Amino acid sequence: MTTREKILASIQANQPSLLPLPEQFTFTTTYPDLTKQFSDSLAFVGGLAVVVPDYTAIEAHLKEHYPALTNVATTCPALAHLADVTLDVTDPHDLAGLNLTIIEGPLAVAENAAIWVDERQLPHRVVPMITQYLVIIIRQSTIVANMHEAYKKLQVNATGFGTFISGPSKTADIEQSLVIGAHGARSLVVYILP
Amino acid sequence: MGAHLADVHIAAMGFEKIIPRAEHLGVYLRLLARSATGQPITTFSSHFHRPRPDQEMHIVIVDNGRSRQLGRPDFRNSLKCIRCAACMNTCPVYRRSGGHSYHSAVAGPIGSILAPNLDMKQNADLPFASTLCGSCSNVCPVKIDIHDQLYKWRQVLMQEGYGPTAKTMSMKAMATVLESPRLYRMAGKVGRGVLRFAPVTVENRFNPWYNQREMPEPPTESFRDWYVNNKKA
Ligand code: SF4
Repeated sequence: MTTREKILASIQANQPSLLPLPEQFTFTTTYPDLTKQFSDSLAFVGGLAVVVPDYTAIEAHLKEHYPALTNVATTCPALAHLADVTLDVTDPHDLAGLNLTIIEGPLAVAENAAIWVDERQLPHRVVPMITQYLVIIIRQSTIVANMHEAYKKLQVNATGFGTFISGPSKTADIEQSLVIGAHGARSLVVYILP
Repeated sequence: MGAHLADVHIAAMGFEKIIPRAEHLGVYLRLLARSATGQPITTFSSHFHRPRPDQEMHIVIVDNGRSRQLGRPDFRNSLKCIRCAACMNTCPVYRRSGGHSYHSAVAGPIGSILAPNLDMKQNADLPFASTLCGSCSNVCPVKIDIHDQLYKWRQVLMQEGYGPTAKTMSMKAMATVLESPRLYRMAGKVGRGVLRFAPVTVENRFNPWYNQREMPEPPTESFRDWYVNNKKA
């Protein structure tokens, strides 16, 4: 008997009687203004949301917010001219020098400022964690109210890896005191396009 | 970040963490961080389906007593735990004593109902180190009846003979004394006398109550004596 068979047999033997899978486990959240709720949630988790009309406005804000920054990379064609390093490397360790990375997010959640990204947005899985500063561009129309709605829209296994990112990296595991910039990006700015 | 840079990614998990559908994560992700650190969601909630190119990924699914716990109707509810630590952060005992005092990997109230399942003898003390105030059950996001299970473990442990002999003996002795008013009055008198005339019998390093504190000053008489003397006046 392999350990797998042993475990499965033991679970089978100790299994309580089965219950039907609850079908109704979600609920609806309504916010008067999803963009405002998203921005407030993001501020609460230590990030900054900026509502912008177009890419020109993003560029202007970026130049003001991160003046004279080098080692900038982006996956966003409209901002390609801002980049001075490439994400097209074979070994992800080569991205260790990244300062600022600008990526796009296809889906955002208003209640907790989580933004979904998967391998369609990330040339390497490590990109949003290894960069010092992270910028994500989202569209107003892709903001949903809560996590239940997000999972309804998502196909989580569309690619090999996907993650929700909510704010800059932080931890409050130790003594319940919040430290921003723990094991990922030190800051997160989200631009919200119409 | 480590998982994305390493050549091999190994994740270990208990089998009770398997959920029916991906969309059910909506429930757990909403509960976990807000019960743990008060954040609305964890900063990164990563979903791994395949290793990245040239990487190896292994998932080790562990039993380690969980299937046994599944077979204990009184305690199987404890397998719902999502390890948020809300029960620890609210527990008056944990807050004073800290995680190491539980001598077990999972500390706090939930640890005290999981550990006896692994080794009753070694962890027999844990379910007793609780005031049963119920604060843990009150905050648990997955509604585990933690303090009821602590209480139930006490019954199981005593029945299985894991109660310390000294405790069993002293409980019996106490019952005898408390049953008899005469014995009770005598014990009080002896106690006061010992404290006054032979303090060394209790003020020594063999008495754990004397470590780090002074013994109280003995009263000259018991309340009962005082009442009998002052009743007429
Ligand atoms: S028992 Fe409940 S409160 Fe305690 S860690 Fe588990 S889920 Fe959280």
